[in-house]
Amino acid sequence: MKRSVYANWLIVPGMAVYSVFFLLPTLLSFFFSLTVWDLQEWRFVGLLNFKMFFEEPALRGAVTNTLIYAVTTSGLKTVLALLIAVGLASRLPTRNFLRSMIFFPTIVSTVAVGIVFTSLMHPTRGVINAALALLGIAGPDWLGNGDLALYSVILVDVWRGIGMAMMIYLAGLSAIPAEYGEALMVDGGNGWDKFRHITLPLIRPSMNSVIILSFIGGLRSFDLVWAMTGGGPGFATEILSSIVYKQYISGFYGLSTAGNIILLVLVALLAVPLHVRLTKMEVDL
Amino acid sequence: MRKILSVLVVLSLLLSVGLVSAQEVDWSARRLDDQVTLTFMIDRDQSLDGWEALFRQIEEVLNIKTVLDLRPGGIEGDNLVKSRLATGDMADLCAYNSGSLFKVLNPAAYFVDLSSELYAENLDESFKNSVSVDGVLYAVPNGATSTGAWLYNKRIHEELGLEIPATWDALLDNCARIKEAGLTPVIGGYRDSWTSQLILLADQHNLVHEYPNFVDEFNAGISTYSNTPAALRGFEKLNQIWELGYINTDLNSTSYDMALEMLVEGQGVYYPMLSFALAYIEENFGDEINNIGSFGQPGDDPDYHGVTLWLPGAIAIPKTSKNIDAAKLWLEYFLSKEATELLAQYSKPTGPYAVKGLEVDVEMYQAAIELMPHFERGMTAAALEFESPLKGPNLMQITQECGSGMSTPIEAAEKYDQDLKKQALQLGLEGWLD
Repeated sequence: MKRSVYANWLIVPGMAVYSVFFLLPTLLSFFFSLTVWDLQEWRFVGLLNFKMFFEEPALRGAVTNTLIYAVTTSGLKTVLALLIAVGLASRLPTRNFLRSMIFFPTIVSTVAVGIVFTSLMHPTRGVINAALALLGIAGPDWLGNGDLALYSVILVDVWRGIGMAMMIYLAGLSAIPAEYGEALMVDGGNGWDKFRHITLPLIRPSMNSVIILSFIGGLRSFDLVWAMTGGGPGFATEILSSIVYKQYISGFYGLSTAGNIILLVLVALLAVPLHVRLTKMEVDL
Repeated sequence: MRKILSVLVVLSLLLSVGLVSAQEVDWSARRLDDQVTLTFMIDRDQSLDGWEALFRQIEEVLNIKTVLDLRPGGIEGDNLVKSRLATGDMADLCAYNSGSLFKVLNPAAYFVDLSSELYAENLDESFKNSVSVDGVLYAVPNGATSTGAWLYNKRIHEELGLEIPATWDALLDNCARIKEAGLTPVIGGYRDSWTSQLILLADQHNLVHEYPNFVDEFNAGISTYSNTPAALRGFEKLNQIWELGYINTDLNSTSYDMALEMLVEGQGVYYPMLSFALAYIEENFGDEINNIGSFGQPGDDPDYHGVTLWLPGAIAIPKTSKNIDAAKLWLEYFLSKEATELLAQYSKPTGPYAVKGLEVDVEMYQAAIELMPHFERGMTAAALEFESPLKGPNLMQITQECGSGMSTPIEAAEKYDQDLKKQALQLGLEGWLD
């Protein structure tokens, strides 16, 4: 048996903080999700909160919207950022400038991005529709139309998040040894072959990181939706985290906790198997 | 004319202040020897000039300094108030809504009992009910009663030869003629989704006229919006304006400010809104305020054309305050004629005060004058949230859906009933919980 260099009790401070601020609240939240609670007193109601959550159309809609949001943003970021990264890994003269441009939205506050796009996307006074009008296209009401609003927010989320995904890819690309490409060229392969048979398999670990990070990020997303639509119009862009927050604001502390448990279970059920599956597909360098 | 009027106002003000202080309280005897500083929490969506003038006066008269503790409006503000109360960190004076929103705060747990204060006797009964739990009074009224009515652009209304509609159908006819003239009949600013509730909530006086037992049956969980045709009517009116194309199609991207601008500039003619918007219009558009009129939301009976009232907001003292006595004195002065008249110079009242016998001599808004006949004929009813502890927190989203054609009136009413059930469960109301 290996003797550890550090004494075991060194774990105590860390575990204490972790227990008080993470484990304990998590366990408590399982309990409070079964109650009607006003922060002072609680009343045990069994699974009623969960039943209400799934009975209410707005809450059910939020589950669907959350999945659409997570899958679409994650998918678009994974594909678009890969194409951009491969393009910008080559020896373009302006590549550093372009990299900075694409990364820039990531460092801007999400709420600021949301507010700016809300005014850009205004149907009659916004810049986007003014530009479309010059081309003779009548632009839609991006955020006011209930069928479209969720996708408008998704587009902004992709615009904002693509820089970070690109950086992960670029790091992955720089780790692929140049000899592989040279060997392929010697054997008469072209650019597409290189992308298909060298870049794609070897970039897999980076791609998995991008998929997992953006998927979990999408499931838990809140700030952008809140800044752009507040869940509206009506309930059209309501996602789980915004619903949970609204129940909390309304003083439904038990119900809101139940919503958080649902979110936790959903993230765990989707993200863990996804991670396991993706890891199996990785190949060694 | 305005000048003469304001001179008169100032004169009558001087006179009345002199008279009142002679008759009533001698504030100089109540002045504190050592200065006390109170914090006062209020939402920042309003002009603060009047408050600051009042704070200066209170410091002079009572030796109490007041420091503003601003909070956001809307649901963010609700959250902050609830959190500050729960953590025992509330300001010494807390301004908030009265009615159901106030009751959701659990006043008995957090606020000081004001039932035995001298002014308690003098408060209007319906206001008292809206801030009392089990007969115990927890707050005083903040300003005057306001109204939920249809504001309109008088110049354009006259140019098109329209008359004030006394029935809903007459209103729709007017809308058709406005639309023919190429203007927007009704303005919607649902980007601020709380504004989408107006047509539903302002229909309350028509609802109780048609179904007088509604409030009692609603509180008992017997009558709901989906099972009472007179209540469903509010959702139907809201939806009808959209279905007939009488409201701007970009309503979900139009904010409250933009909507008021459209009304003042005459791009749209009608705007269903609370009367506090009048102070905003005066502040931002000056004399244009004289071009804005208003009328109560009409129902089906032309002989009963009335208006729905919004009772004043509430100001309460949290139990955790370290200066409860000074805060009580502050409230007493706040309800005096002196304080009321000072505030009224900055923000004119749009309805009666909730303190018996309290009146001020200030020039009224044109829109408020036009509503006087409704008051004189007694055709008013308080909005449901002041008669019931129940208001569903998602109403603004439900009305936004219904008012922009994303749901039918009956779907919206059913959703709202569900929302009410959640609130009833939280409040532990019998009847609603089967």
